[in-house]
Amino acid sequence: MMAVAGKVLDVAGVSKRFGELEVLSDISFQVDKGETVCVLGPSGSGKSTLLRCVNWLERPDAGQVYLNGLQVGINGAGVVMTDRELSRIRTRIGMVFQHFALWPHLTVLQNLTEAPVQVQRRPKAEVRDEALALLSKVGLLEKQSAFPAKLSGGQKQRVGIARALAMKPDLLLFDEPTSALDPELVGEVLLVMRDLAREGRTMVIVTHEMAFAREAATRIIFLDRGRVIETAPPGRFFAHPETERAQQFVQRYASDTAGRQ
Amino acid sequence: MIHDFGIVWSERALLLSGLANTAILSAISAVAALLLGFALTPALMSKRRAVAWTVRGFVDGMRCVPFLLFAYIVYYGFPSFGVRLDNWTSGLLALTIYNAAYMAEILRGAWAAQPREPIEAGKAFGFSDVRLFRRLILPPLLLSAGPVIGNQIIQIVKDSAFLTIIALPELTHAASSIQSRHYVPFAAFITAVFLYWGLCLIIEAGVSSVGRVADARR
Repeated sequence: MMAVAGKVLDVAGVSKRFGELEVLSDISFQVDKGETVCVLGPSGSGKSTLLRCVNWLERPDAGQVYLNGLQVGINGAGVVMTDRELSRIRTRIGMVFQHFALWPHLTVLQNLTEAPVQVQRRPKAEVRDEALALLSKVGLLEKQSAFPAKLSGGQKQRVGIARALAMKPDLLLFDEPTSALDPELVGEVLLVMRDLAREGRTMVIVTHEMAFAREAATRIIFLDRGRVIETAPPGRFFAHPETERAQQFVQRYASDTAGRQ
Repeated sequence: MIHDFGIVWSERALLLSGLANTAILSAISAVAALLLGFALTPALMSKRRAVAWTVRGFVDGMRCVPFLLFAYIVYYGFPSFGVRLDNWTSGLLALTIYNAAYMAEILRGAWAAQPREPIEAGKAFGFSDVRLFRRLILPPLLLSAGPVIGNQIIQIVKDSAFLTIIALPELTHAASSIQSRHYVPFAAFITAVFLYWGLCLIIEAGVSSVGRVADARR
């Protein structure tokens, strides 16, 4: 199978099982440059696993993943990539984690510069300047010398986003970036993400934040029990979900949101 | 009594060379034991049962053998198998192997307690193999295991005193020869005790500076 031309991300027929459990079955979708794709679905529908299959943190059992036409995980000779080969392609995919996953022994600024300097081998001074600009963009310039343990959850996640951006990635993956946050801290993170969507960064976001998905996504992918059930622009997905499962999902969230307000 | 300490003072060159030898012995075997411990730790955590059990057997075995006995085995027992080592090599080898077992167990515990996610983030950001270990796994590991490793190094300093029995000219050996030469046991041994104490204070200062670095990150 060939990669679809001009797509930043092409996921073709990816399947994954953990023992007896089929977590993903035959998932295919593409992401254009500048798109913000939100992956929605009930807990346990395989959303996080799908994201982790994109950069091969989880190795798919079947199917292919292409980043800008280049296959992830399988090298030119058709053999599974070594860790080193995989690392090279992973530097082009930024990832934001549910539990932040910042490096605890490094300062905020060092968290941003570590991978660009150590892995991408870019000049220190240049990386540092860019990192400072990114920190001021996420509103944390004054925290540059702080260690992650001293930050609030929302601040940690904004550092997590800045750290991913510092790699200048072709694609950003967000794995439930606000799920581990106290409700009052969710907003500051979504604000940053909204800006990125507006700037036209190419992003795939696994989230439970329906309001955010409705407003910022260019496209919704709805996953249930490891399958893509529906793909639609957010307007259509939330107003007129086609499948019954999507309807139930949207209704439940609508009532949740109403209940909260 | 003052007179006794005067005699010890007159033998200060001997004591100081004993102290220096103790410091050298301890430093070399501490570093070697730590490195060997690092090599053993992944094996201890290996998914391959045979590997894990073999290393586990070594670690548990070492921890149950009195060090004095182990030193005897290396120095007096190995020659039965045709391995004849001088007292320095035997001493260093015994201290290193014996303490590597402890280091491996210390590092395994600290490693298992490390959060998995930052390491996974390292992989996602393109770190692999040696670079991943050196930049993102090792530093937090050393920070969290620092105090326990420091304790073990103090243990190494104290264990090194046993090596007097294989005539290694370390601090206890020096104190003991001063006492037998001049019959000043109290003065000679108490001076050695204070010198050991001084060594331990230096190690503790090192540990607490690691502790300060770690605390800033907690």
